[in-house]
Amino acid sequence: MAKTIANQPKRSRHLNRFYYPLDQAVEKPFNWKQMLRLLTFVKPYTGKLVPGAIVAMLISTLIRMAVPVLIGKVAIDIAIKDKDVGFLTYLVIGISLLYLVSYLANTFRIKWVNILGQNVIYDLRRNLFSHVQHLSHNFFDKRSAGSILVRILNDVNSLQELFTNGIINLLMDVVMLIGIVVILFVLSPPLALAVMIVLPIMFYISTKLRRNIRRAWQDVRIQKSRLNSHLNESMQGIRITQSFSQEKENTEFFDGVNTDNYENERLATKKSAYFGPFVEMSNAIGTVILIAYGSHLLLLGEANGGIEIGTFVSFAFFLGMFWEPISRLGQIYNQLLVAMASSERIFEFLDEQPNVEEKPDAKTIEKMKGHIEFDKVQFSYDEDRIALHEISLEMKPGQTVALVGHTGSGKSTIANLISRFYDPTKGAVKIDGMDLRDLKLDSLRKNISVVLQDTFIFSGTIMENIRFGRPDATDEEVYDAAKVVGADEFISRLADGYQTEVEERGNILSAGERQLLSFARALLADPRILILDEATASIDTETEMKIQQALRKLLKGRTAIMIAHRLSTIREADQIIVLQHGKILEKGNHQELMQRRGEYFDLVKSQFQMLNAL
Amino acid sequence: MDTFKKLKNYYWPFKKLFFASLFFVMLVTAITVIYPVVLQLTIDNVVLKGQYSWVPYLSVGFILIMAVKGVANFSQQYLGELFGVKSVYTLRDSLYKKLQRLSFTYYDNARTGDLMSRLTMDVEGFKFFLAAGCKELIKVVLLMVLSLSVMFYYSVPLALVTMAAMPFLAVVVYKFDRRVHPSFRKIRKSMGRLNTRIQENVSGMNTVKSLSKEDFEIYRFTDKNDNYKDNYIATSHIWARYFPLMEFIGNICMVALLAYGGYLVISGNLSMGALVAFFSLVNYILGPLMQLGFIVNMFSQAKASGERLLEILEAEEDIQNTEDPVEVQRLQGHVTFNNVTLTYSEDDDSALKNISFDAPPGTVVGLIGATGAGKTSITQLITRFYEPEAGEVLVDGRKVEEYDIKSLRRNIGFVLQESFLFSTSIKENIAYGNPNASMEEIVDAAKRAQAHDFIMEMPAGYETMLGERGMGLSGGQKQRIAIARAILIDPSILVLDDATSAVDMETEFKIQKALKEVMKDRTTFIIAHRISSLKHADEVLVLEDGEIVERGRHEELLTNGGPYQRIYDIQYQDKQEIMSAAK
Repeated sequence: MAKTIANQPKRSRHLNRFYYPLDQAVEKPFNWKQMLRLLTFVKPYTGKLVPGAIVAMLISTLIRMAVPVLIGKVAIDIAIKDKDVGFLTYLVIGISLLYLVSYLANTFRIKWVNILGQNVIYDLRRNLFSHVQHLSHNFFDKRSAGSILVRILNDVNSLQELFTNGIINLLMDVVMLIGIVVILFVLSPPLALAVMIVLPIMFYISTKLRRNIRRAWQDVRIQKSRLNSHLNESMQGIRITQSFSQEKENTEFFDGVNTDNYENERLATKKSAYFGPFVEMSNAIGTVILIAYGSHLLLLGEANGGIEIGTFVSFAFFLGMFWEPISRLGQIYNQLLVAMASSERIFEFLDEQPNVEEKPDAKTIEKMKGHIEFDKVQFSYDEDRIALHEISLEMKPGQTVALVGHTGSGKSTIANLISRFYDPTKGAVKIDGMDLRDLKLDSLRKNISVVLQDTFIFSGTIMENIRFGRPDATDEEVYDAAKVVGADEFISRLADGYQTEVEERGNILSAGERQLLSFARALLADPRILILDEATASIDTETEMKIQQALRKLLKGRTAIMIAHRLSTIREADQIIVLQHGKILEKGNHQELMQRRGEYFDLVKSQFQMLNAL
Repeated sequence: MDTFKKLKNYYWPFKKLFFASLFFVMLVTAITVIYPVVLQLTIDNVVLKGQYSWVPYLSVGFILIMAVKGVANFSQQYLGELFGVKSVYTLRDSLYKKLQRLSFTYYDNARTGDLMSRLTMDVEGFKFFLAAGCKELIKVVLLMVLSLSVMFYYSVPLALVTMAAMPFLAVVVYKFDRRVHPSFRKIRKSMGRLNTRIQENVSGMNTVKSLSKEDFEIYRFTDKNDNYKDNYIATSHIWARYFPLMEFIGNICMVALLAYGGYLVISGNLSMGALVAFFSLVNYILGPLMQLGFIVNMFSQAKASGERLLEILEAEEDIQNTEDPVEVQRLQGHVTFNNVTLTYSEDDDSALKNISFDAPPGTVVGLIGATGAGKTSITQLITRFYEPEAGEVLVDGRKVEEYDIKSLRRNIGFVLQESFLFSTSIKENIAYGNPNASMEEIVDAAKRAQAHDFIMEMPAGYETMLGERGMGLSGGQKQRIAIARAILIDPSILVLDDATSAVDMETEFKIQKALKEVMKDRTTFIIAHRISSLKHADEVLVLEDGEIVERGRHEELLTNGGPYQRIYDIQYQDKQEIMSAAK
């Protein structure tokens, strides 16, 4: 099992068989403007939490610094040296009380700091999430789900530490550092000056060396995410791999990634291992200075500008306390750099505006009838590519309209304009005689449902998935909706019926069953206007029949716009609109269009010719 | 301990590293305890007695000792980590190999998410334990024992007084650990739920927007966001309660030390230096005591991780080569099923019941039936992805079990409904089954699959990267790349499992044309819902609940009033009508 990693067999040819892009930058230089913007999220808490936490922090920090002075300077130099038992007793009681106060202060500090940090992160995450919810389609078109997720999840999380402990610690460490320096100078200026030599060394280690180490670990993480991407993919594609019997080749690839990972990790480990000894050495230098120069000063005696034994002991204490704040400051500095990169990405999202805006005086439709009009509508997704050329059409309430045409003919664009996912470049889209731009978005969309061909199954029960159409529906209403579209039959066959747990990637539901679920969802939403992107996936014929029946029930009494693929659906439509390159070629019902022997006729004929030719 | 024994193969080969690291740990610990002793000597013999001539020697000695400690510290950490990293390297390799070989049955019952968490978190957990766990435990115990010994050596009564609060600290630490771990688990869980919520929201954004459920989504998200915040704050309250308390008890020890120690010094029973040394030594005991719980917890977690990894490593590879497998270069492609019954799991109904058919080389077999009727199962038995419960599956007159698995599968090409493409270039994807293929062969396969033209239109042609952040392809394009991939291995048996279902009619037409060319001289199994795809089959098997309910050629099945005819009638009713209207 053991294999010496150094003696790798000659490099495999399969090392580049897969390609996983690397992650984006994780740190950015410090930027005041961005920092201030981040701090606005703390603002709501500046009334009580922030001052409370700061006061608690100050109290405990001051006590921490006072005690070494009390022990060294007062207890040893005065009480013990002078053999004053009474004074020593007072001191002991005093110190005990100080510790008690510090205990309480710490309790509150930890509590408040965490409440503060969590609330800030909570607000930030909520803002970001809500904002993203209301962004328009073109925002999502431009980005992969993965890249959006990384921002809401990872980038927000990476700010957590900064807001919880970072800011308060920053204050605490600055106070502590200054405090120690001041105390040391008060106790003995020459000795203080001498031990100060370790400060720059410590700062160097804490920032530069640590940075170096962190970069190495960053490489490890990037490498590891490559390794994990491959692991994930290799499991998802395992059936293909075994079909093509590529197990051995993949193993060679993996071994390459694994070896790279090993090498990176080894290097990072090595760098990390330098850290501890360096810190200790810098401490040791301080101690040696203390022993050498301190004992010289002791020899001089206080009268001649030297020091006493208590000062010496206090110095020993404070020297040990130096490292902690410096180390933490270095850490916070690094956190800040990461926070810069994360917050930049978060703000980029927050600054993104939805491309359809609601007018301040937008109206609410009380009872929508579902009468749709396109008045010379022109639309282009980007400047040089016109998707719709001055289209005019009318869809009467209750009508079923089939949009027919090749990919890119403008079918989906028409549907998107009705939901007002985009605004037309020219002309107007009207519902019940009102321009969509004058309506409240919410009141418009509440009346419109879109049934997609690849509907998403949320993890949860079937019941919850259907109820997604109208979250306040009762159980009875859910059952009814399922029954009407004929989904009830397969649902009740499942082990737990409506309570069966499903998920997007699970294979409990077949393509046809997912379709029926999405119908039930839409029916429950009970919209006045239904937009339906008919699924192309072939479903077995029996299920297909059920879907057709369900569809008829779903369409009843609603204005329906179908992006249709199946002739059987198209044929039943009240109005068929044949589109090509963003223009309407023909309009009419099946009979009319067949008789006209135009584009539609040709389309139908060619479909059957294709079928026959196969 | 059993778990660690079973996993010994992965870490024991590197035992030298472990022991070396252990040696340095002891060295470091010993030096650490020496430090207060040096301090004591300095104060008592140099400072208080005024023998300052010792100072240079002490300084040099101190620097030397610290240098040794530095080297030892570096070594113990580096070697320890290296031990972990190396072990995990071999462990990962073995896990990967194992996962490549595990059968379909295993993956049917496994969840990718679960496997991933084992391969990432559990492997890391195990590594952390190997690299740091054992060593830390030894270090902590050693440090405490040595420090205590030195304290007792200096002054028994003072040591006792100082340590009086220790039991209380131990109790608090124990209680803290007991409370904080479940609490951390809660945080992790609610973080997981929050992540899943956001993940689903973003992946299902189209569905959310299409039903305009943004506000409902915000509501559902807020619920999880609240929950996470609450759990986190609850944990921080435990933290806030116990941490200052631990610190306080530690401080009380210090105060006790100061009071009694000061008294002892005043009464002349203890040297000043020893008192100062005590202050350092106490810290060596207090710190590790607070860590002990953490280390013990790491032990139990590493054990659990190890168990989960063993579950993968020890999973049964139920499909393996027999003793003396038959290697073949090229099969004829004669497929025979004799009374084959297949059951996936014991609680389930059989997926296939008593299936028999014979497909001579070059013939086309059509399979039709509802979802779950057993169409795919038949094809998966030919490649031996599963093994039949009864009956035999023969290729070229020989049982599939007798073939070397690789040589059998090399001869069978699959095109599935949802073609899975890997994150790599188009070229590599086509060459997936035959990495040795030349560029000409790849282009030729792409041409035959009607994929060459659209590939050439891509920005980087055959080098275009696919995958999560790569080029997005349409369903039809993916499918044609999958077909090229199957062509490139030049299989004698071809399985088209619903290969054209996810595309529109025009694309299907293109693909069908490509397939016709590909099917020549190969035994082909076509799984389809559309009658049009099955018309030219030499034999159509109509399946229902794992049984063949009808078989024959298209023409024969059209007129017998069976299920095939029913399907035909439904699919072609439109045609009759429309064609007559069109005339």
